[in-house]
Amino acid sequence: MAATKFMLNKDLKLNEKLFDQDVEQRATRDGFGDALVELGQKDPNIVVLTADLSESTRTDGFQKKFPERFFEVGVAEQNMAAIAAGLATTGKTAFISSYATFSPGKNWETIRTTIVYNNANVKVAGHHSGIMTGPDGATHQATEDIAITRVLPNIEVFVPCDAIEAKKATLEAGKTLGPVYLRYTRDKTPIITTDETPFDKAKIQTFWLSENPKATIFATGYMLYYALLAAKNLEAQGINVIVANVATIKPADENTIIELARQTGKVITAEDHQIAGGMGGMIAEILAKKHPTLIEFVGLQDTFAESGNWKDLLKKYKMDETAIEEAVKRIIIRN
Amino acid sequence: MIEEIFDEKVKELELKANEARQLLIETLLEAGSGHSAGPLGMADIFTAFYFHILNHDPKNPDLEDRDRLILSNGHICPIRYVLMAKAGYFPVEELKTLRKINSRLQGHPHREALPGVETTSGPLGEGLSQAIGIALAAKLDKKDYQVYVLTSDGEHQEGNTWEAAMFAGKHKLNNLTQVIDRNNIQIDGFTENVMPLEPLKEKYLAFGWEVLEVDGNNIKAFVDTIKQARAVFEKPVCIIAHTIPGLGVSFMEKDFTWHGKPPNKEEADKALKELRTLQGRIMSEHQ
Repeated sequence: MAATKFMLNKDLKLNEKLFDQDVEQRATRDGFGDALVELGQKDPNIVVLTADLSESTRTDGFQKKFPERFFEVGVAEQNMAAIAAGLATTGKTAFISSYATFSPGKNWETIRTTIVYNNANVKVAGHHSGIMTGPDGATHQATEDIAITRVLPNIEVFVPCDAIEAKKATLEAGKTLGPVYLRYTRDKTPIITTDETPFDKAKIQTFWLSENPKATIFATGYMLYYALLAAKNLEAQGINVIVANVATIKPADENTIIELARQTGKVITAEDHQIAGGMGGMIAEILAKKHPTLIEFVGLQDTFAESGNWKDLLKKYKMDETAIEEAVKRIIIRN
Repeated sequence: MIEEIFDEKVKELELKANEARQLLIETLLEAGSGHSAGPLGMADIFTAFYFHILNHDPKNPDLEDRDRLILSNGHICPIRYVLMAKAGYFPVEELKTLRKINSRLQGHPHREALPGVETTSGPLGEGLSQAIGIALAAKLDKKDYQVYVLTSDGEHQEGNTWEAAMFAGKHKLNNLTQVIDRNNIQIDGFTENVMPLEPLKEKYLAFGWEVLEVDGNNIKAFVDTIKQARAVFEKPVCIIAHTIPGLGVSFMEKDFTWHGKPPNKEEADKALKELRTLQGRIMSEHQ
């Protein structure tokens, strides 16, 4: 038998070596850092603030190139958010960068009032999201940040799937007028897209296609890789699915969500985030109203995780490719 | 450049402040909710800003080089609205819409709702940080407008205020002037009982600020202190403005129970009578 027929969407010019053992890997935070430097070169109004985390949130590149437009606020996330809001009222485009548990976690109300309600042109970069943050433990694993940002009116929420898309999403945020939340992760993850892959923040793209699909897996962030692994494994077992990349949580691409639900009849969502309020919640809200559909949710199940290697954690908390495959198998026999 | 203030202008501003207090009482009565004591205590300072200190244009609220007046303790916004209306930002008649549906005058000020409101505020402790952001931008853009931020004493119990105080000291933001409304009251009582703030002056000195103190209900003294603040070139300036909450209405003065409620009809009539009497006294001195 010939090698497994990869069903990656050819139109998107995805990484053909995606399923290789030695697939190129890079952290989404690195894409963020690259984009900041590029934005800084193009636009003198870009300013960047960090709260004692310049290296690990990858703002140090911008800092070296544009020291006069870089502000170190120390360990003070509320101050960072509100200073950025003030800068933005004068026409600056401000990026604030910290771990997501602290920003938008600790400083959520400051973001709500001074950035989002105030309609300030500030981009909130939340790093070290998800249980992928691993050994640091649950204090540093942001697993609620999608929920607490997408609930706010007047904000856009981007969750890039790899370092290349992270760069594109960050550049897009720099061009977007108004509040944006950007979610990044710490460790290296497989490069799924290429520089040629089109990025359209308004669209959910289908990364994996198949004939007579029995379900659609909506995945966000690096979990897209595990969804694609699951799809590949399922194909070998004769189960065809579609995998869609939800890079923009808000505003949601309602049409594509409804169209894929209609086409496949069943939906699975996969994210490194609490199930409650996350990307799956967004999908469920839309489908419940517009096209009621059975859904299985893969994510953190109303618990805090713990320290550990993140791949072990994904397995323990039932968020890896096996968990996604099992969710697909559960849902295709439900009526 | 702030002009020297002479007696005639001082008297004119005192009269305006008294009118503003009356408008405030009428506005709060109409709104049926809102804060009384803080706004009354800050009437003189807002009058001084809008009619003497600020470089601004009510007909062009987005004027690029305008001085910025940031209100951190947003709950006292009714007095800001009153002075903005008197200065010509919007019709005085519109004050009747405060806190009502479809109004530009939100219960706590919203930048998107009303031109001339520089920041959205209400949740305490955030205004100083926002003012710092604007002051930093002025430095980056080599603009010489001044950033004034009004804060309350009570909100100095918020950690964010001190995060901001540290930052401004570090950056020696000499284009930033903070005016603290030191009226000693907050919702649950007197500040020094709820959570002592003293020694406030020494705290700011330790954070790298210049600190000036003034009677915040004395317009001439306040303007002179602002001029003094502008002469400080090496650091941010904090003006501790001692004000009397509820000033002008005897039964509201220094009474923290008037922090967060409006007068009823009877109380408003009594308040207006007192204020008009005072107004009569001021006018008679000039006639």
